[in-house]
Order: sequence, then C-alpha cells, then structure tokens
Amino acid sequence: MTAIPLGMPAFPTAARDGVHDEVLRANLRHATHTIRDKRARAVAELADWDRLREAGKAVKDHTLRHLDRYLLELEESVTAAGGTVHWAADADEANRIVTALVLATGEREVVKVKSMATQEIGLNEALEAAGIAAYETDLAELIVQLGHDRPSHILVPAIHRNRAEIRDIFRTEMASWGRPAPDGLGDDPRELAEAARLHLREKFLRAKVAVSGANFMVAETGTMVVLESEGNGRMCLTLPDTLISVVGIEKVVPTFRDLEIFLQTLPRSSTAERMNPYTTMWTGTTDGDGPTAFHLVLLDNGRTDTLADAVGRQALRCIRCSACLNVCPVYERAGGHAYGSVYPGPIGAILSPQLRGTASEIDASLPYASTLCGACYEVCPVAIDIPEVLVHLRERVAQGGPVTREGIRVRIRPARGHTAERAAMRAARLLLDRPGALRAGERLLSRAHRLRPRRLPGPGRAWTDSRELPRPPAESFRDWWTRERGDRGEEHR
Amino acid sequence: MRAALFVTCVNDALYPRTGIAVVRLLERLGVHVDFPAAQSCCGQPQYNTGYRHESEPLMRRTAEAFAGHTHVVTPSASCAAMIREHYPRIGRRARDEGRGPELARLADDLAPRVYELTEFLIDVLGVVDVGAYFPHTVTYHPSCHGLRILGLGDRPRRLLAAVKGLDLVELPGAEECCGFGGTFAVKNPDVSAAMGTDKIRSAASTGAEVLCGADNSCLAHLDGMLRRRDVPPRALHLAEILAATEEDPLR
Repeated sequence: MTAIPLGMPAFPTAARDGVHDEVLRANLRHATHTIRDKRARAVAELADWDRLREAGKAVKDHTLRHLDRYLLELEESVTAAGGTVHWAADADEANRIVTALVLATGEREVVKVKSMATQEIGLNEALEAAGIAAYETDLAELIVQLGHDRPSHILVPAIHRNRAEIRDIFRTEMASWGRPAPDGLGDDPRELAEAARLHLREKFLRAKVAVSGANFMVAETGTMVVLESEGNGRMCLTLPDTLISVVGIEKVVPTFRDLEIFLQTLPRSSTAERMNPYTTMWTGTTDGDGPTAFHLVLLDNGRTDTLADAVGRQALRCIRCSACLNVCPVYERAGGHAYGSVYPGPIGAILSPQLRGTASEIDASLPYASTLCGACYEVCPVAIDIPEVLVHLRERVAQGGPVTREGIRVRIRPARGHTAERAAMRAARLLLDRPGALRAGERLLSRAHRLRPRRLPGPGRAWTDSRELPRPPAESFRDWWTRERGDRGEEHR
Repeated sequence: MRAALFVTCVNDALYPRTGIAVVRLLERLGVHVDFPAAQSCCGQPQYNTGYRHESEPLMRRTAEAFAGHTHVVTPSASCAAMIREHYPRIGRRARDEGRGPELARLADDLAPRVYELTEFLIDVLGVVDVGAYFPHTVTYHPSCHGLRILGLGDRPRRLLAAVKGLDLVELPGAEECCGFGGTFAVKNPDVSAAMGTDKIRSAASTGAEVLCGADNSCLAHLDGMLRRRDVPPRALHLAEILAATEEDPLR
C-alpha cells in the first residue's frame, strides 16, 4: 500500500492552505502557465499528433490486455542479458528486496535517479531505517530532499519553491549532506545549478550503488529506458557497480519499435522539448562497460487490482508526463501537496484512489477534486479520459460497489459521510421525476423570492460564503409557457 | 421546421427568461416550438456527483419526453453534453449490469437528436445573423462542456459578432474553467471561489458591460460572485442577447 502523509486531511481542507498562500499561488501560476504554453506550441508542430496519441493509447491498451505475457517475456529477456528480476507485490516487499540488495553489496549509501515508483513506495525512508543513505540527484528532487519537504509535481517536484527559497535551502542544508554550498551563494539560476552540480559530483564519483526507476521497459529485448533533462541520471546509470531499478509493471511495452511513439509524445508533453535531452537505455550487463550487476524489481502495489476495473484501468496508460497537472485549474490553485500523494493533480486524483483504495479521507475526497472541465483529457498524450474515471470513482465513493483488492473481488460500502448527500440526491431525483411536484416546488420558490436569504445554512453556506444566490423569478418557465401557450402545451405525465 | 425545447431544470426554475428568449428567437426564425411538459432534469447533478443509479430514472424520463421529436434544442451546453456524451455510457453500463437493453436503446436514440442552441442555429437552421440588436460591449466565456465535450468552437462567437450594435471583446484565459463544476462549488468552496475570482477579474479587465455564456449554471456562479462584490460586468445568457431586437429590446 502506498504511504499517505501522516494526518492527511481531505482535499478541500488540504487545498485551503494552497489557495490562501499567495507566494505558492504565484509560483504555481507562473510555472504552469509557462510550461502549458510551451507544450501547446511543441505539440502544434507535429501534424500527426492525434495519430501519435491514438497509437500510444493503442500500444498501452494492448500491452495491458496481455500484461502477464509481456512481463514473462521481459523477465526472460532481462535474465538472458545478465540481469536479475525480482517480483514485488507491494511497497513493503519492494523495499525489503531493495534494502537486502544494497546491504549485500556492503555499501551504506546509494545515489538515485528521479523515480516516481521509489517515491510511491517510500524507499528512501525504508533505506534510512536500515542505515542506508539515499541521495537524490535530480535537481528538483535534491531541493525537496534538502528542504525536508514533499514533492508537489510529478516532473518538477519543487515547482512550489522559488529561487530565493531554494538558495536558502542550499545555504542551510547542503553542508549536513556533503559538500556545502559555496560562500555567498546568490539566487541566480546558474549559481544555484553550479552549487548543486558540485555537491552532486562528489556523490556520483563515490557511490557504488545506484537506484532508478524506468520510463519504459521493452519486453522483447529486456531494455530499460530512462528519460531525463539534466544528465545526472546518466551518471547514476553508468558509474556505479550495482544498478537496481524499481519499475511499475505497467511500464512494459512489447517491442523496441514501440518506443518511437513515446519518445515523441513524452518530451513534448512534459517539458515541451522536441527531443529528450538525455535518453539512457541499458540492457542487462556488459563486461567492462557500466554496472556489473543489474537488478530489476517489478512493482505491482495495486496495479493488478486497478487493471481489473474496466473503466479505471486506463489510468495505467499514464506515462507520467504531467501535462494534466500543468493545465489543471484546480491543481494550479490548490498546489500538489493537497493531493496527499506523490501523484498529484488530475492523474493523481484517479491513480491514488485506485492504487490505495478509497478507505482514507483523502482518497475518498480525491475523485471530487475536479470540476470535470476536461482540460486534462484534452492534453493527455495517451488519451486517458480522466473525467470519466473521476465520475466512476465518485460512484464508488458515493454508492459503493464491486472492486478488486489484492486479487479478490469484493463489494465495498459507500464511504462515510455521504448519508445526507445520498438522501438529498434521492429526494431531488424524486422531485424532478414528478413534473407536478416540480411545478409545486417552483411555485413555492417563486413565492419565497421576496424573503430570499443572503446566507444559507448547512452545505449551502459554501455557496453563499462567496456568492449571491440567484434571484428566484416570479414565475417559472413552465408556468409562463402554460399561461402564454397553454393551447400548445402537451399533456403532463 | 419544428423543434422541441428542452429548457433544463435550472432554467425552468431560476432562469425562465432564458427559455422565453429561446422561444422568441426560434419563433422569429420561423421555427414552431414545442414544449413537452413531461420533461424535467437531465440527471447530470446526480451522475456527476457519483449517483449514477439516481440519474437513470431522469434519463429515462428525458428520453421518453422527447420521443418522436426530430430536433431537441436546449440552451445549456452542459445538459446537451450530458445527453450526447454520457447517456449512451449510462445506457451501456445499465445493460452490462444486466438491467436490460432498454436504457441503452433510449439513450442511443435520443443523443443524436439533441442540439445545443448555437449548434441548432448554425448547423440546422444555417443562420449566423439572427437579426438581433444589442448595443453593448460583450465578452464571451465558453463553458467547459460546450468547449471540450460538444466542440462548439467559434459558433457562439460568430453568432455574437453578427449581432447589430454588439462590440465583442476577447476574454483573456477564456478556455479556463470558471470553477463552478456543479457540486464542486460546494464540495471545494475555496478552490471554486479562487477560480471564479480569477475569471471575473479577467472579465472585468476587458471593460465589457456583459459577460455572456451558454450555461446558466456557470453564469449563476460568476454572476453571484460579481453581485456579491457589486461590480460589473453583469452575466447574461447568450439566448437573451440573440433574442433582443430593436423593436423588442432586452429589458
């Protein structure tokens, strides 16, 4: 099970901090608007974008439909190339495997390539508990790690921080992790990058073990693929003796040729780049070149259960480009931390409640953390209909229903706290399903239009706290029609 | 030409002026308007909040109310999107859950006959200049379901641009959601208000007298925020602008 930050409240409560933090709002607005405009331009350059999107969707759907077969093929290919494959059913098992592998090398520190899978399982914390120091080497991850912070974006984990905040973190924290920040460090991006480079270089040259994830795994060849922008990943993937990759099982693609699609759609969707700056591919081990030991930990952690859901399984097509975060008006105001997961934004709102279940307060609230505006679906390079899955998960929360948990089909009950809402929805439906009663209700509303309250009690307060109520009319449309065109009206039912 | 009006529950109860405007507009264009009285709500609030089962009777009622009408016109992009996009989906789910093929049949039969107002005017009647007169500065907010589910494109803007006397100004960040989102407005009030504030700020920056939209639910949220602050512009449904003429101006 994926970890939920301690004491995590429901989304509306968690979002309040973000909404009212002016600095955070400004940081997020600037960053998301810049990247979304650049992405739109980069995508518009390709005449066949829609076909690439369809092709990516088709490859992912095909692979997911035959996931058992492709995973076994992958295991065979990786093993044949000199690697070792480990299967992890959940976070605990994956952490145990990685910890044991590191301890077996005799080392007590690892360098890490930015990886969502290892964050999902809380690997750094597990390693720390075993006395192993894990150093993040991605610039943004380094900022988050040094700042004792949580990531708030899939691609830009430190998106919520501005330059001045980053300078302060480097000045106060770098020394306790290794090479200190240079004296008189300013907040110029070049100065900050140079400070990080010097700090990290020391770690790259010393580390004997590296831990990574992978963006793709090729079944036919056993090749792992990592896309990154800074080159730090390549240092980790080539310099150490032992390389351990923790990868979600949904990351497999059948053939090397399939990469052609994603190597076009992923960089353009995520960083608005035509071609990815550093694409590293490795297949098992090779004498005299790169790591001498390679371990692949295949992570399930709720993915097979997600796959069992006919509507929700499309979330597994996700290639973690984060385009949906950058266009989401809710993410932009609430900030990534409000989602209570390493997967924030629209994709997080459908992924976390599936991987973790909807039992916790935060997970039950995530499907409602959207206006269903559809901007996320529009930009998704693998065409995940996020609004469709959100509504589907809302149904699960509000009405309960069949789900698969650890491979067993169970029927879950509606989440707590929905009793009053359910009664209201039912009452509204009963009223709306009887035009006679509806007409009587409308007349009551019309008569009340003079004594209209400015503030409503109960859940209605959320509306009147920041808005006036609509003015009820003196007459409903239905009554106007009968009065004006009564002869042309049709019979009531 | 005959058309049945699906006025929608929000317009029926709170914005009858929009429904009246559609009737005036269509009749002026020579359309015979029917109003099947058995109609009610399309079921979108229930469906979108996670109560699919509660939405099914309303879907059945809507489909039955409009059976036999070749053109069903509605002044709500959101409700049109519910019928066109989600009804077939709800029907299929009901069938897959073993509750018979009836709902799916009703949904598939109704969906292609439903037109949002601007689609009906441009695609069916073939008119862009509807003979309206509205001497005011207007900015248009394309609500999300019209924009992304129905794909209305520039239809509303073309209709507005053809209105005599109307000065159409572009809304900065027009394609961004206003923050209404049905029950989102009360379930996530802080985020909803923050989004609405940005939207009305954009609208005010245009200097427009009127903020126009094709969905009274989004407009209720934005108008409510504008009136709470007692600032211009005022929110107005597209149909009311298109219905206004020199002889019969908007009150």
